[in-house]
Formats: sequence, structure tokens, C-alpha cells
Amino acid sequence: MSAHANLERRRQAIYGWLLLSPAAVLLTVFAFYPSIATLWSSLFSRNTRRNPTEFVGTENYADLFADPTFWLVVKNNLFYAGITIPVSIFIALSMALWANSKISARGFVRTAYFTPTVLPMIAAANLWLFFYTPGLGVLDQIGSVFGLPSVNWLGQPETALWAIIIVTIWKEAGFFMIFYLAALQTIPEDLKEAADIEGTSRWTYTRRIVLPLLMPTTLFIAVNAMINSVKLIDHLFILTKGGPSDASKLILYYIWEMAFAFFDAPHAAAITVLVIAVLGIVAAVQFLYLDRRTHYQ
Amino acid sequence: MKSLTKFMDSFGAILLAIIWIAPLLFAFWAATHSTSDAVNLNLLSPWTLENFRVAWSGAPWLKYFFNTFMLVTMILIGQFFLTTLAGFAFAQLQFPGKDFVFILVLMQLFILPEVLIVENYAMVSRLGLFDSILGVGMPYMASAFGIFLMRQAFKGVPIELHEAARIEGCGLLGILWRVYVPLAKPTYLAYALVSVSTHWNNFLWPLIVTNSPDTRPLTVGLSIFGAPENGVDISIISAATLMSVAPLLIAFLIFQRQFVQSFLRTGIK
Repeated sequence: MSAHANLERRRQAIYGWLLLSPAAVLLTVFAFYPSIATLWSSLFSRNTRRNPTEFVGTENYADLFADPTFWLVVKNNLFYAGITIPVSIFIALSMALWANSKISARGFVRTAYFTPTVLPMIAAANLWLFFYTPGLGVLDQIGSVFGLPSVNWLGQPETALWAIIIVTIWKEAGFFMIFYLAALQTIPEDLKEAADIEGTSRWTYTRRIVLPLLMPTTLFIAVNAMINSVKLIDHLFILTKGGPSDASKLILYYIWEMAFAFFDAPHAAAITVLVIAVLGIVAAVQFLYLDRRTHYQ
Repeated sequence: MKSLTKFMDSFGAILLAIIWIAPLLFAFWAATHSTSDAVNLNLLSPWTLENFRVAWSGAPWLKYFFNTFMLVTMILIGQFFLTTLAGFAFAQLQFPGKDFVFILVLMQLFILPEVLIVENYAMVSRLGLFDSILGVGMPYMASAFGIFLMRQAFKGVPIELHEAARIEGCGLLGILWRVYVPLAKPTYLAYALVSVSTHWNNFLWPLIVTNSPDTRPLTVGLSIFGAPENGVDISIISAATLMSVAPLLIAFLIFQRQFVQSFLRTGIK
């Protein structure tokens, strides 16, 4: 009997590893090895014709910390995250509350909110280009009706990052709405009825009952929005290319530029390591949170 | 009073909806009018398809469409194959090292492929896959997200079905193919929709790995077509943009309900 159990255990072990191996190989080649290789290459100098690569320790990191452009890019990205996360969550919540209530043209409203989600970021950027172009753009046309001067939204440092932020919010709010919509549909009807009988105002009902029940969804969306604030940079390629004078440059774009426009892989690797470290902290926080939630269930 | 708040709700919701699709409407407007009529918002100006014709002849769009189609298909097949096997191993088999490997897989959820562009580019070049559609797709095939998703789906399959198939003399792979895969169909559908729309829209990685019209997907082609250096005007860019989003957009409008439910199924863990 125990010989049989032993055989079964060995069989499962062999099958388990066999089934896992194709995915394990690809994950190693395109995730684990590159992560370690990034860390490793961030410790070496750049390979030029005159100077071959040599070990420089943390020098690349020291260079970055001494570089004002790096700090500007970090500041831009923090600002980008600081605006896009709360604003898109707020808009997503309003959209969901509306799309869930009994209003007219609900189907149209839902479709309109969600549509930007299925467009590529590059296409979204092209659409918004038509809004932002000075003189010809829709924003300027509207402004000129009210006698406002023409504004070069993408061409001046004060507004370029805002222009980028608006496109991101437009793109992701409808996506987040879906999660709120799903969560709203799990809230029992009797809560609303009870609140009505008690004569509770709609605002109090929303604030005291709906929002607390949506808290887990909000946290989930916040983590996603945080990851997006690193990931969503495609529109920079169309709208500003990080300019003017780096005013709208974000970290991932900076990595791309460093590696593929300036061919400075070691510094790009050093920034990548820092980004992975930050994402790792976000991951740890989420795992702790998920852990807590499972205790409540 | 009550009807007033209801009216305000509808009003606000519809106003926001109109603002939200305004960029698309304006692009449609610009694409169907001559540039000067488009920028002057001349409502009575004649409609034209000229911009679509110019845009279409300005780049090998058919090739780009084909490349994107090949790319998303290849990624999807790879993902289905790899995540089914790995998801099944994590869900139903006991083997030493399983928990440790699973934590490694979960870690990959947060190491975004987008961030590892530098080393992944070096790896793809080393493998001789630079400027190939396979090179664009390969880093996404062993998706940690997909493995996690399939594991969850397979865990929900009643063990009685597994046992019954085994007693009938079905081997392990036979059980996977005949019992688990058919029961996980909704999850496959959801995963397919999310995967296709993600990779149809992906830009940065294909930009890095492709270098010729023969491999370039739509998004990269569109960005090159619309680059200011090319001096293409706004009406033609709008026409090209609408052309390249049309297949996915039309599919979305038709299958809206399934689309939304798919995003939900895969999003909430």
C-alpha cells in the first residue's frame, strides 16, 4: 500500500515538473534572468570603443542621484501618479454610480465611458492631438469663441504634463468604472430600502454605506492605477516626447530613451532596478492587504 | 424634488458621456472632411472619404493588420498552451518545490515586462529573434497572470469528475484535456478577450523589437505614420487612427456585454 502511495507521489512530482517546465523556461528567460541581469549590468560601466566595460560598483546610481534630470523625471512621475490615481478613481466612481442608477440612455452612457479602454494608447494620443494643436486644435477653437488667446498646450512646460495626465485619465477611468460597477451590484437592495425608510439622504447613504462597502474595490483599483502610472507612457511618443525641456518626461520613457536613444544601458539598468524595487514594495503591500482580506472572509 | 434629482443625474451622466466620446467624434468629423473644413468646424461642409484613401495609400496597412493579427494569435496560442499546463500543475498536482515556484510566478506579476525592456531586448537579440513577430510575442507567452487565472479556474473543478475520469482509465493529460479544459471554457474566453485587446494595443515593446514593415504591428506603424516629421495633416492622421482602431472598436460594440464581463472575470482575483 505504501509502495503504491510512494509511486503515486513520484508520478505526480514528475508530471508536475514536466507540465510546469515550458512556462518555467520562458519565465526564466524573459523575467527572472533579465531581472538579475539588470541588477548585474547596473554595476558596470558603459562599453565604449575607448573604454571596455569594467566594474564600477554603485557609481551608476551615484551618477543618477547627482543628475538633476533624473530627479525631475522622478518628480514628474510622482506628480503624474499623484493626479491620475485619485482623479481617475473619483471619476470612475461617479461613472459607476451613474451607470448603475436608473437614468435615461444608460446603455449609451456605459458604452461611452468604457470605449476609450479598448483603444490603443497611440490612437488615443492621435485623437487628443487634434484637441491640443495650437491654433487649429479644438481647445483653441473653443477658447477663441470666448476671446481667449491661443495656447500651445503641448509646447510649454507648465501645461505639457497636464495634457499627458488628461489623456491617461480619459483612458483608464472607464476601465476602473467596470470594477466599481461590479461591486455596486453586489450591494443588497434592502440596505437602500432600509435607508429610505429611515429617511436617510442620498448623500449620507452613499457616504456611510456605499463607499465603505466599496473600499476593497477602491484598494484594488488604486494598486492597478499605481502600476499604470509607471506603465502608461505610450502617448508621450506622440504628444510631447517628454519635452519641452523634460517637463513631461516619465520614468519608463526615460529608461527607453537612455537605452535606445542614448545607448547608455548601464544607467538605464540602474533606473530599472530602482523601479523594480518600488514595484516590489507595492507588491508587498498588496500581498499584506490580500492576506488581511482573506481573514475577514 | 425627486424627479429633479433624477433629471440632474441623467443630465450629468449624459454630459460626461458626451465629453468622454468627444475625442472620437471629433476624429470622425476630421477624418470625413477636408483639413480646412475640419479645423474650422464648418458644419455645412461636404463629407469626403478622400482622407481615408490618402491614409490607406500612405503606409502598408494591410501588412500591419496582418502582423498584428499574427502577433495576437501567436501570443494567444502560446499563452493557452503554457498557462493550461502550468495552471493545472499548480491547481491539482502535489510536488516538492510547488509553493516556492508559485511565489516566484506571483512575483512576476509585479515585474512588468515593460520595465525589463533593456535586458529583454538583449535576450531577444541573443536568441536571433530581433525584428521577428515571434520575438515580439515570446516574452508575453508565459504570463504569470494567465497561470494564476487558469489555476483558479481549475481549482473550481469538482474532484469527483477527476476521480471518475481516472477510474474510467483516463491518463492525467487525458483528464486535463477532457475534463478540465472544457469546464474552464468561460475563463479561456475571458482571458482571450483581455489578451487580444492588450496585445493589439501594445506599443513600447514592439517599437523596440521590430525594425521593418514586415514585422511592425499596427500601433508602431500608426505612430510612424503620424510622426510630425512626416508632415501629415490632422484629417489624414484621424483617418488612419480610425482605420486602425476600427476592427477592435466594432468588435467591442457588437460583443460589448461579453467584453465587459471578461474584463471583470479576469480583473477581480
